[in-house]
Amino acid sequence: MDSLRNLLVGLGSRVTDRIWRLGFAARFFAAILGYSAQTFLRPQLLLREIWFSGVLSLIIILVSGLFVGLVLGLQGYETLQRYGSSEALGILVALSLVRELGPVVAGLLFASRAGSAVTAEIGLMKATEQLKAMDMMAVNPLARVVAPRFWGGVISMPLLAALFSMMGVFGGYLIGVVFIGVDEGAFWSQMQASVDFREDVLNGVIKSFVFGVAVSLIAVFEGYDSVPTAEGVSRAITRTVVTSALAILALDFVLTSFMFRSL
Amino acid sequence: MPADSLVKIRDLNFSYDNRPILNGINMDFPRGKVVAIMGGSGCGKTTLLRLIGGQLRPTGGSVEVNGQAVHRMGHAELYAMRRRMGMLFQFGALFTDISVFDNVAFQIREHTDLPEELVRDLVMMKLNAVGLRGAHKLMPNELSGGMARRVALARAIALDPMLMMYDEPFTGLDPLSLGVIGQLIRKLNDALGATSIMVTHDIQESMLIVDYIYFMSEGRVVAEGTPDELRATKDPFVHQFLYAEADGPVPFHYPAGDFSADLLRSNARG
Repeated sequence: MDSLRNLLVGLGSRVTDRIWRLGFAARFFAAILGYSAQTFLRPQLLLREIWFSGVLSLIIILVSGLFVGLVLGLQGYETLQRYGSSEALGILVALSLVRELGPVVAGLLFASRAGSAVTAEIGLMKATEQLKAMDMMAVNPLARVVAPRFWGGVISMPLLAALFSMMGVFGGYLIGVVFIGVDEGAFWSQMQASVDFREDVLNGVIKSFVFGVAVSLIAVFEGYDSVPTAEGVSRAITRTVVTSALAILALDFVLTSFMFRSL
Repeated sequence: MPADSLVKIRDLNFSYDNRPILNGINMDFPRGKVVAIMGGSGCGKTTLLRLIGGQLRPTGGSVEVNGQAVHRMGHAELYAMRRRMGMLFQFGALFTDISVFDNVAFQIREHTDLPEELVRDLVMMKLNAVGLRGAHKLMPNELSGGMARRVALARAIALDPMLMMYDEPFTGLDPLSLGVIGQLIRKLNDALGATSIMVTHDIQESMLIVDYIYFMSEGRVVAEGTPDELRATKDPFVHQFLYAEADGPVPFHYPAGDFSADLLRSNARG
């Protein structure tokens, strides 16, 4: 009887802990939004974070985009040529990238590269009392440290996703047109005719913006809420990567079901 | 109670998760003096500093700084007060992504609109005061423990605070750095006309530089006085602490049952 009661108590406390943490995350998000004006009034802080989250993620994003495009080109050609429509390779590559692979894969890479770095930085600042020191100097860490990192990620993410898609299309072109010999005119003209700006490109940008908000919020929250020890920071980084990946995939499903209802 | 106290603590209680940390603390920190709070690890010294700085709220009693009740202040008032406080953290807490110069300039740039030339002069003056003007281009990871503590001290006095708080300023320092930091605390306090509160368990160094000492144990003040008064006291707790005796009012052994009964039980099992 006692063990059953302990089990229920343990389960209940875990559930209430999660709910409490979710509530704290919501208040934390509201506080970041409240301090956002200060972030945009100090563009040098924001530019520094765009540099760290965006510019330093460029290599992994561009190289991954190129390889994803190369693979899409090979696989797409292999399938399309069975039905005699290998000229449609441009459409397949572009739509796959702009609608899905660009935002999703760039989001996953962004979470691993920039999200984990942001969590580690904020977590270590907390563990070494830098955030406390800042607070004692009458400088709000949420306004000075957290909000610029959040917005740096939110701004970088759609740009990285766009660059990922661009490199992917270039990869598809390299394989399809340069190496396999698909007609260049057909490749580009069919792509231009079939990719709709609002339906495809804009929806892709909206997706990558939403993923940027989710990953950046998770990264700054996990860092700020981490246990201030080496193990605590390491656990927080793991949670950032895992939670971000799950959030991106779940949000992608929800957004896709709303955006492409006609399908 | 001295009329010219900068910080007054009255009947202060603080609990964390229903666990009492501080019980009925009364303290005064007179203007211009260096006062030490001593006691073993976990006796509530650092908690007391955080209550004075407004980072924690008491569960009872009051904390007044410069005539204002810190525990009743709103966020803006508290930040206005903290601009006149400086705090040296146990391991310096320097910002590791910016240089020594930028660390010291941090508060000046955040809270004033001074031109960069003036900021440079102020920073150099503060660094010169701690003997590290020549290290202004170094990054925090290039500093020794003692140097980092001195840079953190320069950063804490950047805006000429009225109240300086030191959280274990001597921890982990070699004897030479320890003496340097001790002398700096005294000299800077006198030069700035500030009031200093130093939480420490380094007795020898502290006795040389402080004006008054509060001894704490288990969340209470158990003794107080000037260094000379405390050296002469017969209080067993103070005696044990000052002369680092292993056993006394603070027992060497963690509470346990009868030792021989424990041994007999293990033999029976074996």
